[in-house]
Amino acid sequence: MISLTSPVETRAHGWPAGAKLAVLCAATIVLFAVDGLIWHMGFCAGMLALYAAPGRQFLRTGLRRLSMLWPFVVLVVAWHVLTGAAVEGVQIALRMITAVGLANLVTMTTRLSDMVDVMRWLLTPLTVFGLQTKGVELAVALVIRFTPVLADKGRLLRQSWRARATQRVGWRIILPFAVLAIDDAEHVAEALRARGGL
Amino acid sequence: MERSVTLIALFTALIAALGLIPQLTLAYGVPITAQSLGIMLCGTVLGSKRGGLAALLFVGLVAMGLPLLAGGRGGLGIFATGSAGYLVGYVLGAFVTGLVMERMQGLSIGLTAGVAATLGGIVVVHLCGIVGLMVVLNLGLIEAIVVDSVFVPGDFIKMVFAAFVTAGIARARPASLLSRA
Repeated sequence: MISLTSPVETRAHGWPAGAKLAVLCAATIVLFAVDGLIWHMGFCAGMLALYAAPGRQFLRTGLRRLSMLWPFVVLVVAWHVLTGAAVEGVQIALRMITAVGLANLVTMTTRLSDMVDVMRWLLTPLTVFGLQTKGVELAVALVIRFTPVLADKGRLLRQSWRARATQRVGWRIILPFAVLAIDDAEHVAEALRARGGL
Repeated sequence: MERSVTLIALFTALIAALGLIPQLTLAYGVPITAQSLGIMLCGTVLGSKRGGLAALLFVGLVAMGLPLLAGGRGGLGIFATGSAGYLVGYVLGAFVTGLVMERMQGLSIGLTAGVAATLGGIVVVHLCGIVGLMVVLNLGLIEAIVVDSVFVPGDFIKMVFAAFVTAGIARARPASLLSRA
């Protein structure tokens, strides 16, 4: 499965994931603490400059991911214009774009394996309460492996429906779909137990 | 233990796979998907703890940058958008759905699943979503409710599906209905 990490190798790919996430947290806190349109225009421009630094392809991918924000931007600005607080609306929209942009930047420059390491580190204190980080990591791997498998089974179910019925594929395939997922889970559990278990 | 881990993981994958089913897109670009149906099923089939964990795993993987949300969306940025409240609501909603499913006695499985999915999968998820819209987009309560209400009819349809599917699983794989085990 493809993750949202950018294939364009940047210098930030090598930085420790924990540090990037900590900086992101700090930056987001600053974004929400600072008031003033000029500031937020500056922050937004700075964020865009970070995207532009690794080159055109990286910038284009980043902007495409940011473009999914337009419904929220329209909603926020329209609502604030209607209530006579246009400046505040623009500021909130800019703040959201910058916050999402910075967060996407961390996502784009951090490999999934590094994220899993951070997750393990974050979960370690919970082992006191009996949590097994090994189980969580296995679950992560299983989801990544089985999402495409289930998607494929869903596609096969749709095809077999089309081959036999004149009606459109409806919600009726959801039950066999769920039963297939349950059967897979039981088989994998059995296989794990047979190999020594968790 | 192995069974819990694999069922949680497979239901998380199920939520993700349901996001791949062709979707309607609303006027202002917000997709309606079968994904929230997956959240309801997590609660009605797996119960409160495992269902909540499956939803938590889903949200965690989205945060870690997997494009599991409908339309291939994902990454940390999602948590700074108006969708943030709904993602938190997914986890709480699956948990509450499972809790109702475990605690409510006397009705048939399908009816119980319907009630559980309404309380957890609709009421809790939308309450969290409305709070999220108010906090992130700075909307007023009424405006947030108006924006949110667009999703409600679709979710009632999904609730009915969740009830039927849960009743079907109770017949087809009774041992796997952990919420009633």
